[in-house]
Amino acid sequence: MTYIAKPKFHHPGLKKNELGYTHRDYEGKISTLCAGCGHDSITASIIEACYELSIEPHRVAKISGIGCSSKTPDYFLGNSHGFNSVHGRMPSVLTGANLANRDLIYLGVSGDGDSASIGFGQFAHSIRRGVNMTYIVENNGVYGLTKGQFSATADRGSKSKKGVTNTDNAIDLVAIALQLGATFVARSFSGDKAQLVPLIAAAIRHKGASFIDVISPCIAFNNHAGSTKSFDYVREHNDAVNRLDVLVGRDPISVDYAPGSVQVVEQHDGSKIALRKLDADYDPHDRLGAMTFLQKHSAKGQIVTGLLYVDPDAEDLHEHLNTVETPLNRLEADDLCPGSAVLDKINASLR
Amino acid sequence: MSDKKPISSVNDFVVRFANVNGSGSASANELFARAILRHGVPVSPRNIFPSNIQGLPTWYEVRVTEAGHLGARGGVDMMVAMNPQTWDKDIAGIEQGGYLFYDSTKPMPSTKFRDDITVIGVPLTAITNSTYTDPRQRQLFKNIIYLGALCALLDMDPKVIEQLIGEQYKGKEKLLSSNVHALHLGRDWALQNLKCPIGLRVKKADKVGDRIFIEGNSAAALGAVYGGATVCAWYPITPSSSVAEAFTSHCKKYRHDPATGKARYAIVQGEDELASIGIVIGASWNGARAFTATSGPGISLMTEFIGLSYFAEIPAVIMNIQRAGPSTGMPTRTQQCDIIACAYASHGDTKHVLLFPEDPAEAFEFAAAAFDLAERLQTTIFLMLDLDIGMNHRLCRPLKWDDARQYDRGKVMTTEMLDEGRDFGRYLDVDGDGIPYRTYPGTHPTKGSYFTRGTSRDRYARYSEEGTVYADNMQRLVRKFETAQDLVPRPLQANAERPTKYGVIYFGSTAPAMDEAIGLLEARGHQLDRLRIRAFPFHSSVASFLAEHDFVYVVEQNRDSQLRQLIVNENGIDPVRLVPIVHYDGSPITARFIAKAIGDHQDHLKVTPLRKAVS
Ligand SMILES: Cc1ncc(C[n+]2csc(CCOP(=O)(O)OP(=O)(O)O)c2C)c(N)n1
Ligand code: SF4
Repeated sequence: MTYIAKPKFHHPGLKKNELGYTHRDYEGKISTLCAGCGHDSITASIIEACYELSIEPHRVAKISGIGCSSKTPDYFLGNSHGFNSVHGRMPSVLTGANLANRDLIYLGVSGDGDSASIGFGQFAHSIRRGVNMTYIVENNGVYGLTKGQFSATADRGSKSKKGVTNTDNAIDLVAIALQLGATFVARSFSGDKAQLVPLIAAAIRHKGASFIDVISPCIAFNNHAGSTKSFDYVREHNDAVNRLDVLVGRDPISVDYAPGSVQVVEQHDGSKIALRKLDADYDPHDRLGAMTFLQKHSAKGQIVTGLLYVDPDAEDLHEHLNTVETPLNRLEADDLCPGSAVLDKINASLR
Repeated sequence: MSDKKPISSVNDFVVRFANVNGSGSASANELFARAILRHGVPVSPRNIFPSNIQGLPTWYEVRVTEAGHLGARGGVDMMVAMNPQTWDKDIAGIEQGGYLFYDSTKPMPSTKFRDDITVIGVPLTAITNSTYTDPRQRQLFKNIIYLGALCALLDMDPKVIEQLIGEQYKGKEKLLSSNVHALHLGRDWALQNLKCPIGLRVKKADKVGDRIFIEGNSAAALGAVYGGATVCAWYPITPSSSVAEAFTSHCKKYRHDPATGKARYAIVQGEDELASIGIVIGASWNGARAFTATSGPGISLMTEFIGLSYFAEIPAVIMNIQRAGPSTGMPTRTQQCDIIACAYASHGDTKHVLLFPEDPAEAFEFAAAAFDLAERLQTTIFLMLDLDIGMNHRLCRPLKWDDARQYDRGKVMTTEMLDEGRDFGRYLDVDGDGIPYRTYPGTHPTKGSYFTRGTSRDRYARYSEEGTVYADNMQRLVRKFETAQDLVPRPLQANAERPTKYGVIYFGSTAPAMDEAIGLLEARGHQLDRLRIRAFPFHSSVASFLAEHDFVYVVEQNRDSQLRQLIVNENGIDPVRLVPIVHYDGSPITARFIAKAIGDHQDHLKVTPLRKAVS
């Protein structure tokens, strides 16, 4: 067998969440990625976020495309259904799955090759449709699985491991997600768990299309001098606009930080995002402002991270389509079939 | 004038309308076809249209056929020539002794006519212009005026047309009366100025019975509604767009929660075919019934996902309304040319289930059945229509539904079954039919979850590249395909009056022309047993039929005799015994064509030693 299952042993002293689940219950198989791959840190953050939110693991559907990043759903939430679809086409599969059952939580995991090239169209359209999902791109600027070719998010002028300079312009998926109307847009760094975990948690609680671009260095092919997606480069150029906490409880929240430096955003489901501001002027409700802010900083070679935009009153695709509350996959012949009497009438109208 | 006797025929002739796209003639022409039906006389109409929107020529042909032949006949007995652009071609298409009806406001020189046809001129533009001032009215009512003139020429009952107009404009009194007025304007002019009626006549009969008049695409869409499809994802392409459009309108009428008014369906116009099939696969993976409708180029784009559906065993329904390929080919012309592309779609070793309805009634039944089959077999099911049935009205038996019917959701392991301790292996062949159990996402907190992937895996869905594990899985897929043989609609056989060594195989929209051709062949002294194939994989009766006949003609509408290739490939039969009869110019195959092709071959066989005949 080429897969490795984790040992079932649970330490009796492991911390439990509200539902009585331990971290272990949110884990999956042992990763087969390169040791030190940024994607594994993202996996760890997803596990942490789901644990903290006390999500029932089996109520999550985790869907991906093809690539090292897209393999990761096998490494978290072992008790949920996963779907490694085809290269770049995760968004459509996720859209269909979401239409069939609006009651599950949808996690879409993709790579920059997957989403910014072959799947660029699907990425764009799932976002503009407002599919209720958390769409995470594990962005390393290269094709990891096919061994190091530049991807479309590689910055112009950045160097490959072999020393080749990229002459094409980069696609900034965050800028595009903002432009396309994503109602939750963030960027983070795989090496910044403190920022990433609450971002994922908030995105999961968000009803609508949530997009998180996570810069995730590829140890094997993109972690050298000259790469703008290396651990060192991102650490040096990271400019966080905010840090956040997600509060799920219904109790009134008391936040320890001085008023003015904290902004609380309440989402549909009652969860609250407390934004600890690093940049005092930054307003995450202003889509246009976010776009300008992003462009300005990118021109200065800075990588802006944090929650860049959120619309707490977002609607999702099911609302746009006005579908029934009962998941469509639960409807049976009695709900769906108009019956023979109606058919007789239809026949009569066709004579 | 004519040196040939004018054609004289009651309830058996072909009228063709030559129009300009965008002139509003379509509804008047359809009214003509429906009016004949209301006389109790079967019709078989066909749209012949170019792949453009405005300005270019279109034709609408109505075969009036008391005998009820629903295939195209070929030839035109009366041409209603309303398009100067196609004048020469239109005139040339008229049968000897036939009729030409034209707008004589500007009379044509006699060189523009043929002397073996009867020319009927009506100054349509002059009549219209003297009655209406508004340009749009002039254009639209001109169509109703020629309909009125035809009513007199063909001896039709104007009351029948009036009644149809009444139904069309129910509650819109003004439109109703103005249309009826235009109808009489044309009729009165013809009665006063022309010799009415002509040799072609419509006489009231009782040959329509309870049959309905519907397009294949609309019937297939209704089949999807009855079959419980809740998710439809599609991308516009002729000739399949009207499936999704009809599904939308049927759903709007019949699929809302009475309490909340909310939709019990979701329809997404995808950004392309890749997304459409992806949505279908995602929805089906998650337990909803989902489908897409497309045509050849869309199938090409979907093939990677179709392979995933096959290998990862996810249900999907694809309605393929075929048009003439390859590439963009002739987008608005009919063919049955995607047989091989669909049967073996995608890379690696794949095989898919194809259903071949012959008419709208079967399109309805097979569409509904496709969802049961997709879930039962956990794979892609192709409903193979073509433009000829998809976009034309056909007379067919009324649609039927058994209210006791429940959907076959296939082998789905539930929470209870998992709690009972049932062994769940996603790719485990528990029943020996090659079909494993699946679970829907979210079923159970600790049991039954698995990872779906297009990569090889073992019976418990664990990733594996072991050769034996891979081969085991591939063998099971073959077993599953064999199981499919007995689940899909069986072929229908009809034997000749006398025992014969010759057979004919055909399928789909060729059926009505074939039924008619049999009569023509009998008249020529040829006896043939018939087998109408209704699905792939082929039922064992196909092999028996082949074994029982020395020669079997395979009639189809493509160049390379694709069904024949499939039969040869799947049955290991000597190809020499399967004689291809192919028609692929984009027009629907006719009885005349089939009877001539088979008849000539039969004559040849009978006078030539076999070896020569087949070399
Ligand atoms: C249709 C198709 N084309 C190409 C491939 C080959 N392929 C597999 S993964 C991949 C790129 C993966 O890059 P990315 O999405 O950035 O993920 P990473 O491996 O870097 O995490 C490619 C091109 C494929 N599987 N399918
Ligand atoms: S090749 Fe790169 S992206 Fe793939 S696992 Fe290794 S480090 Fe990660």
